[in-house]
Amino acid sequence: MSLRHRWLRLCLTAGALFALAACASHPQWQLDDVQGHLPDLKFQLTGDLGQPVTAATYRGKVVLLYFGYTHCPDVCPLTLVHLHTVLQKMGKAADDVRILFVTVDPTRDTVPVLHQYVTAFDPRVVGLTGASGEIAQLAKRYRTFYKPAPAEASSAGGYEVTHSSAIYVFDRNGRAQLLATPGSSNDEILHDLKILVEQRS
Amino acid sequence: MKYRSLMGAALFALSATAFAAAPPTSPDAQVEHAWIRWLPAKLPAAGYAVIRNVGDDNLRLTGASSPEYGMVMLHHSRLAQGDSTMEMVDHLDIPAHGSVTLAPGGYHLMLSQPKHPIKPGDRVKVIFEFAGGGELQTDFSVRPANASGPTD
Repeated sequence: MSLRHRWLRLCLTAGALFALAACASHPQWQLDDVQGHLPDLKFQLTGDLGQPVTAATYRGKVVLLYFGYTHCPDVCPLTLVHLHTVLQKMGKAADDVRILFVTVDPTRDTVPVLHQYVTAFDPRVVGLTGASGEIAQLAKRYRTFYKPAPAEASSAGGYEVTHSSAIYVFDRNGRAQLLATPGSSNDEILHDLKILVEQRS
Repeated sequence: MKYRSLMGAALFALSATAFAAAPPTSPDAQVEHAWIRWLPAKLPAAGYAVIRNVGDDNLRLTGASSPEYGMVMLHHSRLAQGDSTMEMVDHLDIPAHGSVTLAPGGYHLMLSQPKHPIKPGDRVKVIFEFAGGGELQTDFSVRPANASGPTD
């Protein structure tokens, strides 16, 4: 064996060992890993029972953050049903997960409407609202965007609604870990949530 | 002169009868798996179905209405990698012997302004309107907010 080959073999072995070490400390995520790329969970908003809530309220829970609004009959329900199905499959462990549904239409989404909307999908969904500035700040923090329907949309004729469909996943300590989309499969989300729930804070 | 006006009157009467007697034609189409995802608080709800064109001619769906909602619109959601867009749609073509699927995350009906409280388990009449005046009436079953489809 030439010196060059021996050197190459040494490099490969070192590489394999390094990869193994990396595996041991980092879970094999199936969703997009955003650790270190997005800031920790932080907000001051109002819950769907009218109570003041902050990120600290959900410390100790694995949090899924999603931006939507109640006058969204197709994609927002599709996403919430998707997550509801995953939580059903998780069984008891899902008690440690909360889905935070932040309205981007706080003018129309009053606290009672928001409460009725989110609880129709799953008891572990919490609706969050607040001043439009506070919501905009949270959206900006996660580089999300939205443009909800105008209030008079039903009579105004042609209009278009755009909003981010990303689901931000935080560990029990409020650290941003993963990014899911409505296109992520049930199994991918389930796999990663199980790992996060098993981690103690 | 008198003759001409009589002729005119007769023609008018004839055409009026023809208009009055013309019922909406029923297109060669069938609707299956029709359901509405119920939402609380009189919020707009989405309606889904499979519409099959069983005829030899292309069909163009131009709209829908329901005696139980103030407004029904044809909408289209698009889910891209990071965002979703919802827009109104003028029409939807259904090729001869083909079908279109109105499903979550794609084409759907948006039913708004319910005229009375509607709840899961109800059946709601929806009339699909086609180019050329054809109409097709279907019953949609109202499913809970967290249903995944027409029967789950």
